Amino acid sequence: MKPLLSALALGLSLTPALAEDWQQVLDQARGQTVYFHAWGGDQRTNDFIASVGDRLQDDHDVTLRHVRLADTADAVARVLAERAAGRDSGGSVDLIWLNGPNFLAMKEQDLLHGPFVADLPNARYLDLTEGSANTADFTVPVEGLESPWRLARFVFTYDSARIAAPPADMAGMVDWAAANPGRVTHPDPANFMGTTFLKQALIELAPAGTDLSLPPDDDSFAAATAPLWEWYDALRPHLWRDGLSFPENESIQQQLLNDGEVDLGMSFDPASAAAAIADGLLPDTVRVHVPAAGSIGNVSFVAIPANASNIAGAKVLANALLDPETQARMQNIDNLGAFSVLDPARLDDAATAAFAALPTVPALPSLQDLGPVLAEPHPGWATRLTDAWQRRYTR
Amino acid sequence: MAAPLHKVRSLRGLGGTLVALLILLPVLFGLGHSVMAGFGHLPVLGVKGPSLSPWQTLLAQPGLWRSVILSLWTGMAATVLSLILAFGAIAALQGHAPRLRRVLAPLLAVPHAALAIGLAFVIAPSGWIARLLAPALDWSRPPDVATLGDPWGLALILGLILKETPFLIAILLAASSQIPLRAQMAAARALGYGRAAVWLWLLVPQLVRLIRLPVLVVLAFSVSVVDMALILGPSNPPTLSVTVSRLFTDPDLHAMLPASAGALMQLGLTALAAAILWAAMRLAGWCGRAILRRGARWQGLDRALAAPVAMLALLLVLAGLAAVTLAVWSIAFSWRWPDLWPDRLSLATWQRQSAWLPAAQTALWIALAATAIAMLLAVLWLEGSDRADRPGLQGWMRAAVALPLVLPQLSILIGLSGLLLRADLSPMAAVIWGHVLFVFPYLVIALAGAWAALDPQLTRTAASLGVGPWGRLWRVKLPVLIAPLSLAAALGFAVSIAQYLPTLFLGGGRVATLTTEAVALSSGSDRRVAAVHATLQAGLPWLIYLAALILPAFLHRDRRALKGEPG
Amino acid sequence: MSLDLVGLGIRHPDGNALIDDLNLSVAPGTVTTLTGPSGVGKSTLLNAVGGHLEAGFRLRGRVVLNGRDITDLPAERRDIGVMFQQAVMFPHLSVADNLAFGLSPKLRGRGARKAAVAKALDLAGLAGLGDRDPATLSGGQRARVALMRTMLARPRAVLLDEPFSALDPERRHEIREFVMATIRRSGIPALLVTHDRQDADAAGGPVIALT
Repeated sequence: MKPLLSALALGLSLTPALAEDWQQVLDQARGQTVYFHAWGGDQRTNDFIASVGDRLQDDHDVTLRHVRLADTADAVARVLAERAAGRDSGGSVDLIWLNGPNFLAMKEQDLLHGPFVADLPNARYLDLTEGSANTADFTVPVEGLESPWRLARFVFTYDSARIAAPPADMAGMVDWAAANPGRVTHPDPANFMGTTFLKQALIELAPAGTDLSLPPDDDSFAAATAPLWEWYDALRPHLWRDGLSFPENESIQQQLLNDGEVDLGMSFDPASAAAAIADGLLPDTVRVHVPAAGSIGNVSFVAIPANASNIAGAKVLANALLDPETQARMQNIDNLGAFSVLDPARLDDAATAAFAALPTVPALPSLQDLGPVLAEPHPGWATRLTDAWQRRYTR
Repeated sequence: MAAPLHKVRSLRGLGGTLVALLILLPVLFGLGHSVMAGFGHLPVLGVKGPSLSPWQTLLAQPGLWRSVILSLWTGMAATVLSLILAFGAIAALQGHAPRLRRVLAPLLAVPHAALAIGLAFVIAPSGWIARLLAPALDWSRPPDVATLGDPWGLALILGLILKETPFLIAILLAASSQIPLRAQMAAARALGYGRAAVWLWLLVPQLVRLIRLPVLVVLAFSVSVVDMALILGPSNPPTLSVTVSRLFTDPDLHAMLPASAGALMQLGLTALAAAILWAAMRLAGWCGRAILRRGARWQGLDRALAAPVAMLALLLVLAGLAAVTLAVWSIAFSWRWPDLWPDRLSLATWQRQSAWLPAAQTALWIALAATAIAMLLAVLWLEGSDRADRPGLQGWMRAAVALPLVLPQLSILIGLSGLLLRADLSPMAAVIWGHVLFVFPYLVIALAGAWAALDPQLTRTAASLGVGPWGRLWRVKLPVLIAPLSLAAALGFAVSIAQYLPTLFLGGGRVATLTTEAVALSSGSDRRVAAVHATLQAGLPWLIYLAALILPAFLHRDRRALKGEPG
Repeated sequence: MSLDLVGLGIRHPDGNALIDDLNLSVAPGTVTTLTGPSGVGKSTLLNAVGGHLEAGFRLRGRVVLNGRDITDLPAERRDIGVMFQQAVMFPHLSVADNLAFGLSPKLRGRGARKAAVAKALDLAGLAGLGDRDPATLSGGQRARVALMRTMLARPRAVLLDEPFSALDPERRHEIREFVMATIRRSGIPALLVTHDRQDADAAGGPVIALT
């Protein structure tokens, strides 16, 4: 029933030309196998993607193959390599779950198909007005080259049974860590989450008047990060393993939190703690914490490489990810718990009701709990932060 | 000469050509590609060399020199300690060879990654050992001690020793049957030498010469291992191999250049390690002979033989715990500090088949295909050598076969992946071929002995009864050799299941096997699903190994002369 | 109908001449005996005649069987049966299957082949032992099976490489008689290599001492 209804709704609301074009895409996509390269470190995300794949198969005869990446860079490298080898079509990657620096890299090298987002029927539920979170990925203009699918917010997780709540601002973290020696750490800044931890601190600690949306140069970087390194030098000796080694990524840190080796975790998914508790992967005393001034937020996107073999299938998948029913299922803590990217104001009554009816649990913050969204700095900052940190602290 | 001889040559030629085309050329071309790219010549990227900039980029990697030292140190320490332990163990347990072989066999079949994942939980600060000690030491929280990923790579060394010692013991057991061990032992003891001294002065020097190739294989593997180093090794900085493989997967394609330089550096590092080991062995031999000339009987040294036995027992306990850990985690729901046992068990992870079944099926098919192809090639080759009356491994072929094993995988594969970019090979086919590259040498080495040991009068008799060469192969050799063939196939299967880099690099991330999934999941937050993959990864080769033991025994249940084959 | 060695010379891989210019004709139904000290090249000569010479040995001259030059043929196309010192049994086959292995493919039909094997078992005095594991047979039994297997292949000549030396002295006489009688009855030429005077006597044919 549901697919039929939504198809009907689609047909009614779209302009005839668009509907016709989309029908062409659907026809082309039929029978295709879409290789979706997406980070595979989270089982619930993997399961959710698999469930989307089941729907895709039933509704559109498109087969979804989730290529589970340890690092998104793997897929980007693949596309770059294929392009370099002169493979301008028939590539091995059809759709990528991207983040800022990788998006920038692919966009700059003209490796993306599109713009295509406006062609997706479900894009009408998105706020695509200038300046909305959906139009910039780490300050890089999206320009229709990638389609949003979930909302990410940087949050801390901590075990309330073992440690007091983290301080309200990043500056207070030095004293807090000193009071809990060896119990606090952050992922290696070579990793996205480790860099985000540094960026969160940078936003709070940078001298007034620093504009992080501009690409940094040597001087602006040095000036902006001087207080950050001072803070970090004070913090580091109190960290886990004396600040000499770090968990490779946030998943390992979550495992350490579960094992009781550390008391702090971090995530880009405010629902991950609640989900992990339900799944037996964290003690049920774990809670989510956000600095009072708010935390970095961004939208997760999917993009189609220019040399993808199954562009039509990839579009159908990107559209399916934006289906209100799929998005509500995604935001349901029993499934994934990731916040939806759809604009509540643009949803119809049924979809609004579906979102309102979603269950809640103690470890799941509400949108209000999360406070204001801090914009991502220009990707140049992340690259330089990683380099500078490695130069300063790698033996 | 006459027509039949011509035919004979052609089979020999076919085997040699296949090996050259499928194994030797790719390896050399891969290395060649690395040399070009490593010196800044990569036309597909529009980069023309020669230049030293790839090396400059490589050397500018944070902590690179520490990575280099770390790789050299962990690889050499693991190899030397495994070698000492293996010699000590067979010196002390020489009379118990069959039992020793049986105890070690399951360990030999367990892939490195699975062992590393299990070991990681056993020795982690919140792991089983720490939980056992916690009540006595009053630890309310896991100690903040780096027992895993420690800056010195000790956990990595331990993991490597755990895997390499049984391998070297198996090799030594086979080698020691080639020398008149009992007679020499009796003769020397009659002269008043202790058992340990006989080993040191007489047997070790003879055996070392026989096991040079396996030791080189172990050394090359240990110096360049990636999967175990990811799981057990330090991270800040990691070993050179991990740094290089990260460069290879960097989003910036130009990182291929420093990665290629890294592949060369890894090659050089392996050569350096081999040279150091060779020099150390020469020195040890020289010192040994100097002491020997003084007539040292060293009867008291026999008591020291207890040490390697105790160490081996400890290793076996650790390996056993690691295996049990995998099984238990795979059925745990939650299992937290300081519980010795999960507080809740659940089959949920196993029941969620979509999480592991595809990887298991892919791994199974790749392993079966790669083993079948490699077996066909190996039999063709050995048979070809027989017909040319040049049995066994000789000349350039011997070197060609060993090449994929004594060169670091990383060095070969980085170049190969670069080459494959231009070829329109499906990822699955590329991965299977990559596995054949590393399975084939093991099969040939495993089969060459049994093949050569086959009584030539069997085939002569068959020929005198009018049975042609293919009939002799099909009706006499293969049935008689079914036990070693089965064991070799099981070995090939286990080798294929364990492959990490060939799957990752040649499959371009599109081919997910139990090993790549287990390694990826080991840096995830769900130890249970990693444990399911690792359990399967360890269990499948083990089942195949068991089948390889049972099948020939069943087929030949009434054939006395075929019992007691090596097993 | 005879086995003729014409100007046969064999050179060892190390260059030493083992056999030099040997001319010999073995008549059908007779057994010619070759004797001589160890290392003189008796077994090598048999290998050369049978087509089993190892690589590196150099052969001159011709081997002619029933007028046909077989020097360059592979062993399986020479129609020459061999019995070795240790009766070679294919260890994976039953006694009956060992015999069937020798049975010429020209004999067709399941029933006929089974009957031929049963008859051979009978002739060897091993009736009823067809299903046995060859490893459980005595040395004498094995020798008889090996001979019957050789004869089932319908060879045009037989080479005997000290086939009796590994047998118990009590059994040796009986087996020897059995073998010689079988060869004479089949009417083909045979070459025997032996150290044993009694073997040569039993063979009854010419004795050639190699030096």
